[in-house]
Amino acid sequence: MSGAALPAGRGAALLRNPGFVVGAAIVGLAAVLALFAPWIVPYDPFAIDLERRLVPPSFMEGGSTRNLLGTDQLGRDYLSRLIYGARISMLIGVLTVITSGIIGTTLGVLGGFYGGRVDDAVMFAITTRLSIPAVLVALAVAALRGSSLMLVVLVLGLLLWDRFAVVARSTTMQIRNLDYVAAAWCAGVSRWWVLTREVLPNIATHLAVVATLEMALAILLEAALSFLGLGVPAPLPSWGLMISEAKDYMFFTPWVIVIPGLALFVLVLGVNLLGDALRDMMGTDLSR
Amino acid sequence: MLRFILRRFTVAVLVALTVLTLAFLLTRLSGDLAISIAGPNATAADVETIRQVYGLNRPLVVQYFDWLGRAVQGDFGESFFFRDRVANLIASRMGVTITLGLVGLAIALVVSLPLGILAAVREGSWVDRAVSLVALVGQAMPSFWLGLVLMITFGLNLGWLPISGTGSWEHYVMPGVVLAFSAIPSLTRLTRSGMIEALSSDYIRTARAKGLSRLSILVKHGFRNAAIPVVSIAAVQLGFMLGGSIVIETVFALHGIGYLAWESISKNDFPVVQAVVLVLALIYIALTLLADLLNAVLDPRLRTS
Repeated sequence: MSGAALPAGRGAALLRNPGFVVGAAIVGLAAVLALFAPWIVPYDPFAIDLERRLVPPSFMEGGSTRNLLGTDQLGRDYLSRLIYGARISMLIGVLTVITSGIIGTTLGVLGGFYGGRVDDAVMFAITTRLSIPAVLVALAVAALRGSSLMLVVLVLGLLLWDRFAVVARSTTMQIRNLDYVAAAWCAGVSRWWVLTREVLPNIATHLAVVATLEMALAILLEAALSFLGLGVPAPLPSWGLMISEAKDYMFFTPWVIVIPGLALFVLVLGVNLLGDALRDMMGTDLSR
Repeated sequence: MLRFILRRFTVAVLVALTVLTLAFLLTRLSGDLAISIAGPNATAADVETIRQVYGLNRPLVVQYFDWLGRAVQGDFGESFFFRDRVANLIASRMGVTITLGLVGLAIALVVSLPLGILAAVREGSWVDRAVSLVALVGQAMPSFWLGLVLMITFGLNLGWLPISGTGSWEHYVMPGVVLAFSAIPSLTRLTRSGMIEALSSDYIRTARAKGLSRLSILVKHGFRNAAIPVVSIAAVQLGFMLGGSIVIETVFALHGIGYLAWESISKNDFPVVQAVVLVLALIYIALTLLADLLNAVLDPRLRTS
């Protein structure tokens, strides 16, 4: 079994798993919205129209079909902002997972492969990382350096690698003593070859499960940081920022926070459903 | 046993020292701390004064050891904004955060333990699937948003609970529920898998053969064994929950140390931010240490590994 390419039988089993189908549909839709946002949106998400502020969604009383999901406190089209928000969430999720995945996998594989002092150092790094309150540090860094989209990715990427390291470490330990790795050693290949051609491909599916968990977490954390005003800066339509900006009106017009919150919830649920289906298929237990 | 405790304790102290160093470096990330403290309207002379007063003109290494020496003694300096000792500020706000954390953990346990046991007993049935759906929903719920939705529903529309503040026990209900949401998924899953493992073991079969009642088997034989990992994870979760309380305390204007950290961050009050990071980290380190020791006491097999 090599990397993300799954045997045909397992692929078919995935398609019969309702969780996987729903998750894939949600994440697929979010990906399409994110990639093609400029061509999909009905209006410019930054265009302010003070004449038409807080117009309710079309399905509510007083709504119009001109703005399907209504307008925000500055008269910007809510649907257009929501679609651009998918772009920010997906971008943050993917980039954070790539950053933290590289850091965590490198550390975990090294610790699991070499054992001894190297492993002690890796375990120490994991323990230290876990004891650092992530949200607080991310907020402090954003306040000190000035918040931007790239800073959020960087900070989250530097903070969310622990689970990658834990899983990469334990799975590497399991396979480093297996026969095919011994066979590779006997064939006289280099250490680099064993790590990249024998170990990595065989832990890749386990790491894919972690990637979905971390992507979900990164999306939620970005929203929380933006909600607190230290994530993605305005006027970018991050869902967390939309909730934060609409907060003052929520007691009069609750839909202003319900809509972006539901979007956030559904996307994260979709990512987690994908991860759960992958995990069930592989029979791995990452419940910790 | 003594060797295990000693080894585990040494690691905890080393981790604490590393976090101390990181907390120091964190505030130097801004480049020039004096400019950040002075704010946007300060003159060059103001900045120079601040540099003198706070000793920021000294070499970084000297500043570090000076800070470290004081921090180890529990002296985190003085807050720029609140005009009070940082240690006093934290001490006065700590009660609220700990209360919130314990309320959250209690709610999480009351929900997760029965759900996890139920799912394990009915493994594979619709009950099991419903419980895993609950866990998934909990995992995907943005806490700050859930907080706002609860405020609208129970605070405004139904008028059952106060919307924000710290006055009475009722103020802790909604934040506690929101905080519990972050721990319910992992605690439920852990209880479920622990119970499934325990229920499939030989001593359960023996207990059944002896003709013990179902309830007695479940509670006395099954849950007791499944509880060991749950206890240690609950301690770790409490640490995570205290760390995550900054978002919830801000949403509900609960004046704990999370809210203090939030105020300090927006006021560029670095000594306070630094100290809160440190205190939360230390609590987490202490809780994980406690969990490991508790585990070793409950399960002798772990002491040797």
